[in-house]
Amino acid sequence: MKAEEMSLGLAPHETIIEPNQSWLRVNWAQLWEYRDLLALLVHREFASKYKQTVLGPVWFILQPLLTSLVYTVFMGHVVKLSTNGIPLVLFFLGNQLAWNYLQQNLSTGGAIFTNNAALFGKVYFPRLVVPLSIVFSNLFACVLQLITFFIIYAGYVLIVPATGGIHVTPMVLCIPLLYLDAAALSLGVCLWLSSLTAKYRDLSQVLQLIVQLWMFASPVLYPLADVPLKWRWVMELNPMTAILESFRYCLLGVGTLTPESVTVSIAATLLLLLTGILVFQRTERTFIDTV
Amino acid sequence: MDKPIIEVQGLSKLYTLGSIGATSLRESAERIWAKVRRRQRVNGKHLTARFAPEQTGPLPNSFWALREIDFSVQPGEVVGLIGQNGAGKSTLLKILSRITEPTKGRAILRGRVASLLEVGTGFHPELTGRDNIYLNGAILGMKHAEITRKFDEIVAFAEVEDFIDTPVKRYSSGMTLRLAFAVAAHLEPEILLVDEVLAVGDATFQKKCLGKMGDVARHGRTVLVVSHNMASILALCQRGIILKYGTIHRAGPIQEVVHSYLESSKPEEMVALNERHDREGDGSIRFESIAIENAVGGTIRTGSRCKVTLGYKSMKPVRHARFLLTIYDMSHISMFQLDSEATGGLPDELPAEGSVVCETEPLSVTPGRCYMNLELIRGHQLADRVTYAAYFDVEEDDFFGTGKLPKREWTLTVMKHRWRAACDTAAISP
Repeated sequence: MKAEEMSLGLAPHETIIEPNQSWLRVNWAQLWEYRDLLALLVHREFASKYKQTVLGPVWFILQPLLTSLVYTVFMGHVVKLSTNGIPLVLFFLGNQLAWNYLQQNLSTGGAIFTNNAALFGKVYFPRLVVPLSIVFSNLFACVLQLITFFIIYAGYVLIVPATGGIHVTPMVLCIPLLYLDAAALSLGVCLWLSSLTAKYRDLSQVLQLIVQLWMFASPVLYPLADVPLKWRWVMELNPMTAILESFRYCLLGVGTLTPESVTVSIAATLLLLLTGILVFQRTERTFIDTV
Repeated sequence: MDKPIIEVQGLSKLYTLGSIGATSLRESAERIWAKVRRRQRVNGKHLTARFAPEQTGPLPNSFWALREIDFSVQPGEVVGLIGQNGAGKSTLLKILSRITEPTKGRAILRGRVASLLEVGTGFHPELTGRDNIYLNGAILGMKHAEITRKFDEIVAFAEVEDFIDTPVKRYSSGMTLRLAFAVAAHLEPEILLVDEVLAVGDATFQKKCLGKMGDVARHGRTVLVVSHNMASILALCQRGIILKYGTIHRAGPIQEVVHSYLESSKPEEMVALNERHDREGDGSIRFESIAIENAVGGTIRTGSRCKVTLGYKSMKPVRHARFLLTIYDMSHISMFQLDSEATGGLPDELPAEGSVVCETEPLSVTPGRCYMNLELIRGHQLADRVTYAAYFDVEEDDFFGTGKLPKREWTLTVMKHRWRAACDTAAISP
C-alpha cells in the first residue's frame, strides 16, 4: 500500500512510525492530548518536593529570603555596591525573584533525559511534557515569592519613609509577562542542556558550574548600571540581563534598559526556545538506544 | 476484510555498539576527527560471540537487532512474540510503542496504543495510591475523566481499598505491583503491547493478570505479547511469531509455532558433561558424568524404576554435599526433583572424586522426552549447576494394566488409582 493511500484513509488514531523524520516535525496535537499528564506532573513536582520537609511550602519563601540576606550582608556591606538608592534587601530580593526561577528550572530540567531514562525507556508520551511541567510547577513558588516581596516592600515603605527613589509604577502589571519570558528562556536552555547531557554525560557534572557562571555574568549581584559603558553590550548579549533589569524596573522603578537590549534578549530567547524544541525532539527519538 | 490494525513493513533497527554506553565529548571529537581524516575508527569491541554473523551491520561495530520484519495483525487478534534472548522481541515492541525509532521500514498502527513494557513505571513513592493511579494512568495515556470512571474498578482489582490515601512508599512490593498492573490493565486501548510483565508477582496474582488479559482480548482489542512462558502464550494467543536473529523465523497458529519453537530451541545433541563450560556455581565440586538407565535394564518406560549415576570431582574430600536433579518437560515445567537432602542416605563425607547413584520408584511420567538440570550444593553454597545436562525418553507402557495411558499433551504425570461406586449398585440389577 502506498503512503498516499494511507494518509487518505486516516483512522482516528493512526500512527505511522518511520525513521529519520524531519527535524521540524513537532506533534503539537499530541502534546495537547497529554495536557492531563502535564497537569498531574506539575502537581507531582510541586507536591513531592516539599511533602516531607518540616516547613513545607514555607521553603519556597525562606530560600530566596535567606539568600538575599546573605547577599545583603556580604555583597552590600562588605563589597559596597551602588544600587541607585534601592534598599539592599529589596534589590537582592527582586533579583532573586527572577534568578531563582531560572536556577530552579535549570537544576531540575537540565538533564531530563538522563534523570528520566528508566521512565522514558518503558513508556511513550510526548517528552516535552516533562520540561514544560518543571517550568510550570516552579511558577507556583514564584507566586509565593512575589507575595513575600510585596509584603516586605510594603513594610519598607511604611516603616522607613525615606526610602528614596523607589516607587511602585503600573509597570508592576508587566511582571507576568516577564515571567513568561523567563519561562521561555529557561525552557529553551533546559531543552538544549537536556539534549546535550543525553549525549555527553560529562556535562551533567558541570551543570551547576554553568549555572553559577551564568549568574556572575548576569546582573544578579550588581546592577547593570555598575558595569562600565564599553562592556555593557557584552552583558546585553546575555538574554538574562534584560530580564533582570526589567524585573527591577517593574518592581522598583530602577533599571538600565535600552530598546536594543530588550530586542536582543527576546530574540535570543525565541531562538534558544525554537532550536531547543527541535534538538529535544531529535534527541527523544533515539535517545534510549544510547542509554 | 478489515485493514490490519498493525502493519509492519520492512522494519529494521541497526544498533551501533560504539554508541552504547557512555559517550563523551572526547569520543565525539575523536569521531569527527576520524571522519575528517577519512579514517574508520574501529573500537576494540568484539561482536563475534553474541551476535550471529547474519546480524552484522554495515559498520564494523554495528548489528541488526531487527531486519526486514514484515507482518500484520487484524483487529481483535492476540499475537504472541517468541524467541530467544536477543532475537529482537523487545526492540520490536519498543519501536511499536514509539520509545525508539526504526532505522528502516515503517509501521502503521491504526488505533490507540498502550504499552506495558514494565509494571509500575512512573510510580512516585511520595504520592498516595490515589495520586499515583491518576499519574500513572496519565503517563500511560489515559484521560483524567477516564481514570475517574475506572477508579473504583482499579482499586478493587488491586485490593488496596484501605491504603488508597497512603503514600506508595509504605506499600508492600506486592501491593505496588497489584496497583500498577491494575492501572495498566484497565487502559482501554485498541492495541495493547505487553512485554513479559507476568514474570513478576505470586502465582495467584499471575493467574489474575492472565485472566484480565484474556478479558481484554475478548473485548475485541488487539494484543501483542512477548513472553518466555509458553503456557501463558498458549493460553492467551491465537497466533504466534518466532523471531530469530532479528528476522521472522516462523509465523502461524500458536500451537504450531510454540511447538516448532520448543523443538528448535532445545539442544540438537547433548554435549558430554565434562565438555560443558556454561556452568554456574563456585566450581569447588563439578559434575563429571551422568548416566540414566532403567534399573532392571531395557528402555525407560512409564512405570520403570530408574537409576541415575552421577560422577563428580573435587579438589578435596566432599563434605555435606547435596545433589539435586530437576526433571522437566520441553516447556520447562518441572515434573519432579530428586533431592539427596530430602531423602537422606548419602554419607556426610564423600571422597574427592567418585560417583553417587540415585534409584527411583516407578516413574509416574507420561511418555515423552524429559530433560534434567543438575545442581550440587555444598552447605548453602552453589558449587555447580548444569542446565540441560541430559535428557531421556520415556516410552509407553501398560502402566494401569488396561493398555490405556494418557498422552504427554494432556498431562505430565500419571498415578495409580482406583475407582468404585459409592452407592448401592445391587439395587439396579434385577
